[in-house]
Amino acid sequence: MYKFNISEKLGAHRISVTILLLIPLIILFFASFLIGRYPISPPDVITVFISKILPVQSTLPPSLETVIFQIRLPRILAAMLVGASLSIAGAAFQGLFRNPLVAPDKLGVTAGAGFGAALAIILSLGAVMIQIAAFIGGLIAVTLTYLLSRTFKGTSMLTLVLTGIAVESFFAAMIALSKYVADPYLQLPTIVFWLLGSLASVNNQDLLMMGPPIIIGIIILLMVRWRINVLSMGEEEAQTMGVDTKKLQAIIIISCTVISASAVSICGIIGWIGLVIPHVARMIVGPDHKVLLPASIILGAFFLLLIDDISRTITSVEIPLGILTAIIGAPFFLYLLGKSKEVWS
Amino acid sequence: MTPLLEIKNAQFSYNGKENIFENINFSVSNGDVFCILGANGTGKTTLIKCLNGLMRLDSGEVLLNNKNIYSLSHSEIAKNIGYIPQVHTSTFPFKVMDVVLMGRSPHLDIFESPSEKDYELAENSLKSLNIWHMKDKPYTEISGGEQQLVFIARVLAQEPSILILDEPTSHLDFGNQIRTLDIIEKLAKNGLSIIMSSHFPDHAFISANKVAIMKDKKFIDIGHPKKVINEFNMEQTYGINVKIVDVNGRKACIPLKIK
Repeated sequence: MYKFNISEKLGAHRISVTILLLIPLIILFFASFLIGRYPISPPDVITVFISKILPVQSTLPPSLETVIFQIRLPRILAAMLVGASLSIAGAAFQGLFRNPLVAPDKLGVTAGAGFGAALAIILSLGAVMIQIAAFIGGLIAVTLTYLLSRTFKGTSMLTLVLTGIAVESFFAAMIALSKYVADPYLQLPTIVFWLLGSLASVNNQDLLMMGPPIIIGIIILLMVRWRINVLSMGEEEAQTMGVDTKKLQAIIIISCTVISASAVSICGIIGWIGLVIPHVARMIVGPDHKVLLPASIILGAFFLLLIDDISRTITSVEIPLGILTAIIGAPFFLYLLGKSKEVWS
Repeated sequence: MTPLLEIKNAQFSYNGKENIFENINFSVSNGDVFCILGANGTGKTTLIKCLNGLMRLDSGEVLLNNKNIYSLSHSEIAKNIGYIPQVHTSTFPFKVMDVVLMGRSPHLDIFESPSEKDYELAENSLKSLNIWHMKDKPYTEISGGEQQLVFIARVLAQEPSILILDEPTSHLDFGNQIRTLDIIEKLAKNGLSIIMSSHFPDHAFISANKVAIMKDKKFIDIGHPKKVINEFNMEQTYGINVKIVDVNGRKACIPLKIK
């Protein structure tokens, strides 16, 4: 009886909901190996994985192993990583800015990254350089937003968002300008496809490069997640509860920016996830960021993996992810808006 | 006895030209209930925000246990001073329990989450205010009076020695006003020092042992309520005629109709 009480106090039931959410993700993870042009059966996937862990001799052709580990695994991991990144960054930003309409791109990170990539494409740089340029572009845009907002009187979070909107539209214009001056046959299509988002060309090297910053950023956000509750009560109130708000805000902004910039540099601009998934997570586990952030990670990973699987299967030519997330995300968001009274008071 | 909180020659202005208040001096000790009265816009809230470091005085000192408050971090201040703002705008429908737990944050490291001990303290403070039954309700869906209790519970979980309340009764109905004052009085009896602002001189009679009247950037009078809240001072402060009556030993302040 006593023990039951304690677990209830610690909100264990809500944590277990988060663990329950993991089950569909794990199933989808394995199912995703079966999807693609090269047919692989479920027993083959299991055999290949077992042969990697246990010293069992696999009788399957090596090409199958190549497809699984060199092509499908990086893509599946990237989809999960990017989905998780955008979702946790969205959830953290919505708490930080106390605003349900904020997405991780609100401080200009995606627009900056998009311009960085477009510039690299115009300069005919290689794939790795495009990625690095996107990452740096994202960081520059957010730094610019932050520094500019500091020069205004009264550095409230609202000033920061408004500055972010201005910086975002500036970089959006720079992207448009890049498209305008780009070679219409060689460079323009590359820019357009990059901006629409795709995981088709993800390889293990991309993951090795962008995975660590994403994982470090996610770990830091998870470490401060309970404090986001306090911060979301308002800056002044949080201060009276002993929170060093400037420091916490900076930690959240830096983590979210590094995470989003890395995610965007892997797969281009993928909208909607950072906005919608935190709402879905909030409907399932409630507003407590202690549970909300882990739940957002799992749901975000699930959602983008699902979208990527759909994009790989429904047509012979892959539909860019940015299009699919919006086609599926927008109606879903409207549906949520209809139920929003339950989520937002 | 050395005072817990001491304010010396406090002066503040928003724009560097016109002072909101100046030459403010007072102190509170264990068990004091200090009430600040004054008309709308006299700077009561600004003064209160200077006491817990939310705003910075232009000159003068705020001493917490003889230490300058500006040399302390937010968490060091919050361990000693609890604060309930006049208005709270809610964003997320947190459960009452989660809101009360937030009071534990000055005692936790930036990367820490509440432990079992923190849950127990939050539980105790909810139980002490008889609102344990609403621990799982969203704090946005309870009445204003209940919400006030939740914020008091949160501040108690913070375990401060001083509690600052900015117009704690202004959004409450007649009954809840008196119930809140009763809670404030009990907290003071348990050794907590209270600083509050109010629009009701009666409330100072009911619960305070020290009262100050803020007018024209200064405290025009400060002392025991029976001395400070008199017909002359009330007229000066609010610009209306007031009659002070005695109801079975308790004084009350009756505003008269404007002729």
